[in-house]
Amino acid sequence: MIDVENLTKRYGPVTAIRDVSFNVAPGEIVGFLGPNGAGKSTTMRILSCFMPATGGNARVAGYDVFRESMQVRRRIGYLPENVPLYTDMRVAPYLDFVAELKGVSRSHRKAHVAEVMERCQVSDMQNRLIGKLSKGYRQRVGLAQAIINDPHVLILDEPTIGLDPRQITQIRELIKSLAGEHTVILSTHILPEVSMVCSGVIIINKGSIVAQGPIDTLVEQFFPASRVHAEIFGPPEAVRTGLASIPGVTLVVDGGGTQDGLGSYLVEAPRGRDVRTEIFMLAAQQRWELRELRRVGMTLEEVFMRIVAGEETGPSEEGTPDGAVPVEPEPSTLTAEEVER
Amino acid sequence: MRVWPIFKKELRLYFTSPIAYVLVAVFFFISGLFFWSIFDFFSKASMQSMMNPQFARDLNVTDGVFRPLLSNVTVILLLLMPMVTMRLFAEERRSGTIELILTYPVRDGAVLLGKFLAALALYALMLVGTLLYAGVLVYFARLDWGPLATGYLGLLLLGAAFLAVGLFVSSLTENQIVAAIATFGALLALWIIGWSADSVGGTWGKVLSHLSIIEHFDSFAKGVLDTKDIVYYLNLTIVALFLGMKSVEARRWKG
Repeated sequence: MIDVENLTKRYGPVTAIRDVSFNVAPGEIVGFLGPNGAGKSTTMRILSCFMPATGGNARVAGYDVFRESMQVRRRIGYLPENVPLYTDMRVAPYLDFVAELKGVSRSHRKAHVAEVMERCQVSDMQNRLIGKLSKGYRQRVGLAQAIINDPHVLILDEPTIGLDPRQITQIRELIKSLAGEHTVILSTHILPEVSMVCSGVIIINKGSIVAQGPIDTLVEQFFPASRVHAEIFGPPEAVRTGLASIPGVTLVVDGGGTQDGLGSYLVEAPRGRDVRTEIFMLAAQQRWELRELRRVGMTLEEVFMRIVAGEETGPSEEGTPDGAVPVEPEPSTLTAEEVER
Repeated sequence: MRVWPIFKKELRLYFTSPIAYVLVAVFFFISGLFFWSIFDFFSKASMQSMMNPQFARDLNVTDGVFRPLLSNVTVILLLLMPMVTMRLFAEERRSGTIELILTYPVRDGAVLLGKFLAALALYALMLVGTLLYAGVLVYFARLDWGPLATGYLGLLLLGAAFLAVGLFVSSLTENQIVAAIATFGALLALWIIGWSADSVGGTWGKVLSHLSIIEHFDSFAKGVLDTKDIVYYLNLTIVALFLGMKSVEARRWKG
């Protein structure tokens, strides 16, 4: 539905995106992920025919965004970042205006606008000035204007930014409900959002695509190891050798904090191999006191950080430097384990 | 061409924000003041001319009241028209709504034309309002409808040219104030360009006086329809709209 080939955009001497290529299949929801300034908005502006690329091709809904821009524009719904709306207009007349511009025929425009308002849950605000609406409602009006022409492709630039958690959930539900009949590409820098809403992900950094594919494949690809965090009282040297000798363990990282013999260690083993029992047995055998033993989850966030930060060193490089305390997953984020299910 | 929805939206926006009301109110207040003082002056002059029949022969309401009134209105337009057009593109650029409207299936030209026609409609509304003054005059005296009609045609053409220039300038910036000041500057420059025509003299003097936006208005006010003048205003309007069109399109070409 969206085919992008070697897309490049330069603003004068600055290259915003370089050789970006990806595909999105019909009915898919794809997350476009990247830090601020990575080129997400630039790509979306090109896909929505707002501005041309410097080089490369992009086809949306089967038409070239540059040469057949009108055809593309008829088939897309676009929600730019920051949701630009006419603050001096009221919701219903605004949506009617958009529907008319997008070519919704006069005979069923009124019914159609009402239906879309119902779907985006803005019906009870239809006579309010858009400027007086809360951010959440404004976002929904923005979505309503995007889907009002029943587009084949929806391009949503940061659709949940600046919303409170409840509103974010509502918008996500709305976007999810659009899947299937619409192909959706949404940009975000909130990682859990991608794992909740999207089936696939495209990660972009500094203008280039660094990873793409289904989320669990990516997590597996960038985190081939499963990690266990252990806190053990014992002679550090002996503990380290002991841990390293457990079959399957590929890496033992000293977590530091070895005052009065207490040490914390990060043990990596291949994905799917649980070494916790062996660590417990080892500690029991050696009469070391075992304070803590838990699996460290790998969030998409870490995948992202690793890809973005470790671009130069390559994804297969072991990420955690010696002595560094492993990042604990935030309670709000999904761990890789959860994603896999 | 989906000009109509853009036109409706722009006209609606004029009247949902206070801009249109303030503009119309100021326009009528100032033009009313002009009308009152000119009318007052004229009635005193006609009173005096009763003693001097020789003088009275040259007096007529159309020439004595309406011609100076319309000339004064052009000065108001010079000040107000930039404010009618300043928001048309600048506001859309500032708020980012331009990104939406230009990704809808509408041509850039339709957007431009819709905005221009909405501004023109607002202006036409103001002109229609000034017919009230003509109504007042008809009550007291016999009006010459010919020069009045050409005068209004002249005002309409002049205003259209002003609006087109303003629309073009508005498309260049995201700041409404900048748009208004720059439009005012451009119009004033076109206005006074003819003043030096006499001192320059020769061909250049003729060129300068031809370029002057206000020289062409005099003949309309006198009741003379000259194709040269009509063509001048239409040309200016079309050139400004064309430049505006290019300026909106330019975004699609920047590398």
